Amino acid sequence: MTRAKTPLVDAFLSALIALGLFAPMVGLVTGVGPHGITLTARPRAVLALVAAVFVGRLALRLWQAQRRLVPAAPGRFAISFLAAARYIGPALLAVALVLPALVGRASLDLGVLVLTYVMLGWGLNIVVGLAGLLDLGYVAFYAVGAYSYALIAEASGLGFWSCLPVAGLLAALWGVTLGFPVLRLRGDYLAIVTLAFGEIIRIVLLNWVSLTNGPNGISGIPRPTLFGLRFTAGDGPGTFAGFFHLAPSPAQRVVFLYYVILGLALLTNWVTIRLRRQPLGRVWEALREDEIACRSLGINVTTTKLTAFAVGAFFGGIAGAFFATRQGFISPESFTFMESATVLAIVVLGGMGSQLGVVLAAVVMIGGPELFRPLADDRMLIFGLALVVMMVLRPRGLISVRTPSIALGKGEIITADFVTEGHG
Amino acid sequence: MNPPAPAPLLEVVDLTMRFGGLKAIDQLSFVARRGEITAVIGPNGAGKTTAFNCITGFYRPSSGALRLTHADGRAFQLERLPGHRIARRAGVARTFQNIRLFAGMTVLENLLVAQHAPLMAATGFGVLGVLGLGGYAAAERRAIAKARAWLERIDLMARADAPAGALPYGAQRRLEIARAMCTDPVLLCLDEPAAGLNPRESEELNTLLLRIRDDGCSLLLIEHDMGVVMRISDHIIVLDHGRKISDGTPAEVRADPHVIAAYLGEGDEGIEQETESVA
Repeated sequence: MTRAKTPLVDAFLSALIALGLFAPMVGLVTGVGPHGITLTARPRAVLALVAAVFVGRLALRLWQAQRRLVPAAPGRFAISFLAAARYIGPALLAVALVLPALVGRASLDLGVLVLTYVMLGWGLNIVVGLAGLLDLGYVAFYAVGAYSYALIAEASGLGFWSCLPVAGLLAALWGVTLGFPVLRLRGDYLAIVTLAFGEIIRIVLLNWVSLTNGPNGISGIPRPTLFGLRFTAGDGPGTFAGFFHLAPSPAQRVVFLYYVILGLALLTNWVTIRLRRQPLGRVWEALREDEIACRSLGINVTTTKLTAFAVGAFFGGIAGAFFATRQGFISPESFTFMESATVLAIVVLGGMGSQLGVVLAAVVMIGGPELFRPLADDRMLIFGLALVVMMVLRPRGLISVRTPSIALGKGEIITADFVTEGHG
Repeated sequence: MNPPAPAPLLEVVDLTMRFGGLKAIDQLSFVARRGEITAVIGPNGAGKTTAFNCITGFYRPSSGALRLTHADGRAFQLERLPGHRIARRAGVARTFQNIRLFAGMTVLENLLVAQHAPLMAATGFGVLGVLGLGGYAAAERRAIAKARAWLERIDLMARADAPAGALPYGAQRRLEIARAMCTDPVLLCLDEPAAGLNPRESEELNTLLLRIRDDGCSLLLIEHDMGVVMRISDHIIVLDHGRKISDGTPAEVRADPHVIAAYLGEGDEGIEQETESVA
């Protein structure tokens, strides 16, 4: 009986706070009358909101109390979900492969954007999800990759495919450069320094006008080619349309870009999956679990962290080069902290360390706001609300279980209760 | 009597560790011999764990020397090596007072992480492994075989795929010892391995430790459980307030008036009665 009373009091207090908040914000509306500004009261709207808060809070508390009695419930859900995930992955891949045949050009453009974030998410997942190093400046490597490609292509006249590995390697070099000074830092401190690193890169790009053209950015970045075939508006010799005797169409390039980013993202995924089953990936996860124990086993914590930074940065750089070639124009505007935050949100929302989770989260995070575009101003509100609900229901991300990298028998799925989140 | 052995396995000479004004260890010297179980005991705060952390490279001693000599004559100055080299090159493995397993990884994965160095070399430092080239598959088979051997020895074969964090406490202790042994150490340092074990588990631990010794790995252990210490140690060092107050066989230490005084205050009761309260 006492248990039922506490949620009631709690809901009442929440309703009181809601009243205090909504009475001035929603309850009073200013308008323009004939003699200046008028004030209209809307008591019904306030009442409705307060009632909604009261009921919602009560339901939440009762539901939580219920759940505490059945502690096994979340784990069971996770496991049944993971059993289904065995089919979700291939199904998603099949959809991704045939998508250009199914949707129009605008949707495919969105698909390219989502896949770019999937790739970034998979890259950051190595650093944050596997090695447990909280990196808030991942956009730095994205920027390094993009500018490396743009500048090298401009200076040397080399094409996209020759510059791509160079852009990745340069980003990896910066990953190591960032890694060195921050090796001793953990958790929040690491996050602050990586955040600063991301800003440093952006500000350097903004101010080193002689190299980067500053805020005006770099335009005329060469587009990627298919084995030397260009995608242009005409169908002259050496173009894709001319070679295959097709009518030239801008859609062809979008489809091509779509498959390029799909291939690059799948490469990231493949390397990560391979590495996870090997000593390097296993030791990244061990580092996330317990750094001191790693040291006691003779593992060089320094090089292990640096490899994680370097591999993560490499794929960030590749994604950056793709971004540059897709846009044809880059400026420091594109590499703000917002990007780092979005990619990190994708990794955290997906469930740290889960490859499939990153895909689902990228679709939700990038595709979601686009889908809700008809709702105009309310879409970010709905989106924010959805994220809050997510974090309440599944605080460890969509897929919060860990699949062992190796097993003698059938292999068990490890629930989030045991897995460390990683704090640097 | 003994064949002319080279230098002893571990020589600690005038080890001093200061934390600001506090001398946690003061001019400590002792020797741990090859093929023996050496125990370090002493009241709480005597400096046992600090000494351990110096030997295993987690602290850098303020002064003194730590010389480790392998059976083949290779010698290491532990106080000069970085932490991870002490485990990998010098062959000193350790466990922790509060167990430090990789809780979210399986039992098998824990044992494979311990064999990181040989496995990593087999993957061509990551590159060949990703491409599926090189001798990685064979190296992994060897590593799994070794892990299996240890799993059988510590009786955890059935739980090989379970997360380490889900094991009962006693099993976690055994797994931590097996994980340390998977690094092929010459000296295994155990920080209170019997803490929190019930009498039966404690007995199993004794058997395990004796077997590790008989297989050629020397042991250095800190322990409060006198039942374990007195039964399996070949040699005991007693610390109090950072200094060595006694050094000898279990029987000698047991009879040493300094030891009795340190544990009981002044008095002449047997140390065994006292140990109950200490443990």
